[in-house]
Amino acid sequence: MSEPLLSVRDMCVAYGGVEAVRGVTIDAKRGSIVTVIGANGAGKTTLLNAIMGVLPSAGAVSFDGAGIDRTPLEARVARGLCLVPERRELFSNMSVADNLELGGFRRSAAERAETLEQIYARFPRLKERRAQEAGTLSGGERQMLAMGRALMARPRLLMLDEPSLGLAPRIVRDVFDIIVDLRRDGVTILLVEQNARAALQIADYAYVLELGQVSASGAAVDIAADPRLVESYLGLGGGDY
Amino acid sequence: MDSTIVLFLVQDAIINGAIYALVAVALLLVFAVTRIILVPQGEFVAFAALTLAALHAGRAPPTVWLLVALGVLTFVSVAWRQRRFFDARTLAVAALANLALPIALALLAQAMAPLKLGLASEILLTIALVTPMGPMIYRLAFEPLAEASVLVLLIAAFGVHFSLTGLGLAFFGPEGVSTPALIQGSFMIGALVVTGQSLAVVLATVALLAALGWFFRATLFGKALRACASNRLGARLVGVSTSMAGRIAFGVAALIGAISGVLVGAISTIYYDSGFLIGLKGFVAAIIAGLSSYAGAGVAAIAVGLVESFSSFWASAYKEALVFAAIIPVLVWRSLVVGHIEEDEE
Repeated sequence: MSEPLLSVRDMCVAYGGVEAVRGVTIDAKRGSIVTVIGANGAGKTTLLNAIMGVLPSAGAVSFDGAGIDRTPLEARVARGLCLVPERRELFSNMSVADNLELGGFRRSAAERAETLEQIYARFPRLKERRAQEAGTLSGGERQMLAMGRALMARPRLLMLDEPSLGLAPRIVRDVFDIIVDLRRDGVTILLVEQNARAALQIADYAYVLELGQVSASGAAVDIAADPRLVESYLGLGGGDY
Repeated sequence: MDSTIVLFLVQDAIINGAIYALVAVALLLVFAVTRIILVPQGEFVAFAALTLAALHAGRAPPTVWLLVALGVLTFVSVAWRQRRFFDARTLAVAALANLALPIALALLAQAMAPLKLGLASEILLTIALVTPMGPMIYRLAFEPLAEASVLVLLIAAFGVHFSLTGLGLAFFGPEGVSTPALIQGSFMIGALVVTGQSLAVVLATVALLAALGWFFRATLFGKALRACASNRLGARLVGVSTSMAGRIAFGVAALIGAISGVLVGAISTIYYDSGFLIGLKGFVAAIIAGLSSYAGAGVAAIAVGLVESFSSFWASAYKEALVFAAIIPVLVWRSLVVGHIEEDEE
């Protein structure tokens, strides 16, 4: 179990001429919550998209001991890698139930039915709204649906991009509680958050990203206690978790 | 003009409108999933009618060679794109779908054609020969351009259309054909003579549209196609490959085209290039429906049929021009009502 589930080596991602991510190396241990914090534009979203395979990148990504650099995005989903993107990317003119069902597109019908029950148990709100179109949901419900849809794929690594963005504080708390629950169920989490204070409270390990490079990393408690980092990032987090 | 003539023209409009509705639905589906305006949809219609006519005459249709040729080209293209990232499984699947299947169908058609097993089996074989062309054309012409703009895709679609028309002339020759009616004879409803074939067209269209409705509402693959249309990135993030969705959409479009061809062959004489006008009228209906609403396209297709049948009665020399001119007031009205539409250039 010592080998990390996800291991990223020297990742570089360039948009046109600009390098948004430069030589980033990160690991995610099995069953842990790893958070990547940093200012707006530091390259956090780009990093997640590149790990998922949405964006092309240079460097090496290995998942569960196998290199996945040449694995297309859709096949990464089948292997157990899932991303809940910042913009949620739901199927807004389709029902909540259809969104969830499609989340399990790469799983068997039996697995889909079983996982759907678990997700309805975890998010009773989605069960109430299952016949409603996704586009008519509130912000919090949309985030729940995005997470539910990703969980339908039975991910081993769940990447969450700004899950608290635009949500009311009470709902942010629910979302973070769910993330902690997921770790208990054995899902490894890679969490990107502007709300660094809240992220560090639940994370085991943290990376700080500055201008596309890792400027600091360590146990989440140590990062939270670092006076320089506290000054640069934790002040911006806005509110306690 | 008396009521009998009006009823006759309306009947004509409904039959033609049903065919245009099928074309329009195929165009909407392909556009929603892939952003391609499938100009060659009419070619599937024409090729199916020509294939059925050949089979009914007891000849092996030239379609088999066209299918094998397309299959070989598609396989070579897929293999060439694999030269750097070799993946044996993908290549094996591509060989099965693009080499083994067309050759098996070709042999089957060669063996079956002289036996004259009856209309039903000939229709099934026609559909089996035309439908695989859809996914092949997608892989050959459009998959490498998947990320291109709508305009580039439209130009490519015209290229495919012109290529297929040329191939149609080479493979089928310039003679027109007509195919036997699915339901023989005719009967009277009041003063109106209704032919069995018009009933067959309407029934088959309604059944096919209902089946498509079921496919999109109730099956996982149908929902995956809708998901691609709704949010391409979202669809990829749940593991739906846009290339696979494109192949399915083209397959469904070719299937709809093949069935339309079986239906239309008994109504009018079909030549290798007849598909274009049928496709264009379906396109007019799709545009009237704003390239988005399936029900709207169905209604618009009947309206196109009405304009066509009444203008062919009053001014037959201008009937095509009047149908296409009908799109102008619709576009003016839409641009006034809808306002600015965001350009889709992801």
